[in-house]
Amino acid sequence: MTEAREDLEKLVKREYSAGFVTDIETDTLPPGLSEDVVRFISAKKGEPEWLTEWRLKAYRHWLTQPHPNWAHVHFPQIDYNAISYYSAPKSQADGPKSLDEVDPELLRTYEKLGIPLHEQALLAGVKPDPDLPVETAAGNLGGQVAVDAVFDSVSIGTTFKAKLAEAGVIFCSISEAVKDYPELVKKYLGSVVPFTDNFYATLNSAVFSDGSFVYIPKGVRCPMELSTYFRINAQNTGQFERTLIIAEEGSYVSYLEGCTAPMRDENQLHAAVVELVALKDAQIKYSTVQNWYPGDENGKGGIFNFVTKRGACIGANSKISWTQVETGSAITWKYPSVVLRGENAVGEFYSVALTNNYQQADTGTKMIHLGRNTRSTIVSKGISAGHSENAYRGLVRFSPSAANARNYTQCDSLLIGDRCGAHTFPYIESGNASAMVEHEATTSKVSDEQLFLCQQRGIDAEKAISMIVNGFCKDVFRELPMEFAVEAGKLLEVSLEGAVG
Amino acid sequence: MLEVKNLHASVAGKPILNGLNLAIPAGEVHAVMGPNGSGKSTLTNVLAGKPGYEVTDGEVTFNGQNLLDLEVEDRAHAGLFLAFQYPTEIPGVSNMEFLKAAIDSQRKAQGEPAISAMDFMQQARAIAKRLDLNPEFLKRGVNEGFSGGEKKRNEILQLLMLNPKLAILDETDSGLDIDALQVVSDGVNAFRAPDHSVLLVTHYQRILNYVKPDRVHVLARGQILRSGDASLAQELEARGYGWITDAA
Repeated sequence: MTEAREDLEKLVKREYSAGFVTDIETDTLPPGLSEDVVRFISAKKGEPEWLTEWRLKAYRHWLTQPHPNWAHVHFPQIDYNAISYYSAPKSQADGPKSLDEVDPELLRTYEKLGIPLHEQALLAGVKPDPDLPVETAAGNLGGQVAVDAVFDSVSIGTTFKAKLAEAGVIFCSISEAVKDYPELVKKYLGSVVPFTDNFYATLNSAVFSDGSFVYIPKGVRCPMELSTYFRINAQNTGQFERTLIIAEEGSYVSYLEGCTAPMRDENQLHAAVVELVALKDAQIKYSTVQNWYPGDENGKGGIFNFVTKRGACIGANSKISWTQVETGSAITWKYPSVVLRGENAVGEFYSVALTNNYQQADTGTKMIHLGRNTRSTIVSKGISAGHSENAYRGLVRFSPSAANARNYTQCDSLLIGDRCGAHTFPYIESGNASAMVEHEATTSKVSDEQLFLCQQRGIDAEKAISMIVNGFCKDVFRELPMEFAVEAGKLLEVSLEGAVG
Repeated sequence: MLEVKNLHASVAGKPILNGLNLAIPAGEVHAVMGPNGSGKSTLTNVLAGKPGYEVTDGEVTFNGQNLLDLEVEDRAHAGLFLAFQYPTEIPGVSNMEFLKAAIDSQRKAQGEPAISAMDFMQQARAIAKRLDLNPEFLKRGVNEGFSGGEKKRNEILQLLMLNPKLAILDETDSGLDIDALQVVSDGVNAFRAPDHSVLLVTHYQRILNYVKPDRVHVLARGQILRSGDASLAQELEARGYGWITDAA
């Protein structure tokens, strides 16, 4: 059996394809964190006083917080004073008025990543029928995606703004939202993830630089997929973006998030916060394909991805669905969660987390059932290869008020090779006797028999592994929007290269 | 087509094949029979290149190529097919997806473009029908939850779709009821052609009533001890293996 493995090891190792560095002049704050830095960021963005104060409160709280150490990940202590907390492309000092003003070098960066920032560029080539009403057109708009691109600390441009405005949808950077829709931001910022929430969320609250803001008015079905692409470029900087999505009564939005970073020898910190708010009868579908640089095959470099994502189903019959495919980052620490407050609210979490080489992932979800008849579904697929460690950590909590609440959890691990680890940490807390919870878990290995069957039919080992892994992930891929499902499949293939070694 | 000379092979250091000789010309069906533990499955696995089987001596040529030098998938690309005794499951990967990936890999190795989805579906449906398989079967995960008979018919489906030069059937007949045996045999007979050969490894004479062999070989203690025409199989059925193995 070692023969096939050695052969595989010899196979050409494609490089992390998003690993290039863009040579661009930046406005970067020297490393270090202090109240002055917090004030600087806030001033740079021309923020109102309440927000500056909010940031400062967060910063002061952060100073009192010990670093969390309960996750199943290991890394040297981070020196938070060695990180720069603000970096922006220089030529955009005043912010681009339109995409025409964006530095062509930046546009080329996004072209390299395959992300169209020109509005005429469609991802799948399906032109929507302009005569169709918004509601009907939405289903047919598969090819059209509005993109907000965030480069290091700032949003460099958002496409299809005018078209979205027709439907009343607001899609802009959070910095713009602070200026243009201050009452919305003030009402909801920190309402789902308070600045005291956890170490990284607190840090983010103090120094967040930019991110995306989405507002879907009452009864509106967002006419296209919304998407944000995050790119860390500058050296020794942290990226702290903040995303806020509000879906008013009876509205619907599907939001996609993609992330990449250059290959660098030192680790880079990414500590984002995402807050989702779904009011009565509203639905938010949030999909992530996370491809941050994972470090090299010896575990050098890579992104530390310490992210807090949480949605609140405030209204009755609301629904929030997280779908994530995670292949990147040296360390992932992330638990997209749903607080099910409204009656009959639904929370879903579909996740594929793949780790290879020396990557570490501690990821999962929290479903907090507060309302009656609330339901949640968790489907987690963890794939470990190389020397990696992959942990699922999930909390399902039924409060005493959550009568007849239900949860279904399915948690599967797939091991490739014999040097990796898979761990499952499920927490179930039930305060209501009428609540029901089902938990299924499996651990399996890509077997030599499966590999031999594929190879005997002419399929090489690498393709075979990716096919077997894709089959394992099918339940989750089904939940992804079309463009992302294709991207996710390809991503797994690339991330698994040499995995049988 | 296939020529095996003085083949010695061991598994985990234990010698199983001890100087095996076998030649199968194009267009012929050869049956290899033998008692349990005689080395039948080792022979098929060594020919297919399964990791864990070590060839310690001898040579195997396949259409003039040194077979033992080739990787598992290259042997498949060269036209060697193994129908497994215990087909393994690949959950979540549909039969269709798996078959198309296999066909396309082989076409790619020959420098041909991928098969069109329409041609593929037409072929697959026609062959499934011939094997008395519901077309829904193509959408199910590879061998996932299949009955024993379905797994074996699925192997023959793959054989007919991939259309190799040499089909090695490793006890494909074992565990089949009479109807399934008939269907599987029909499939193997459909594969027969002047440029196709079959190496049919079996424990029982039964399948040879449906698939008429050109030659029958008796494998015991890692060697071919006796070869003959189809009547040898009947003799084995009547007399057992003892008169050959004891005499040797």
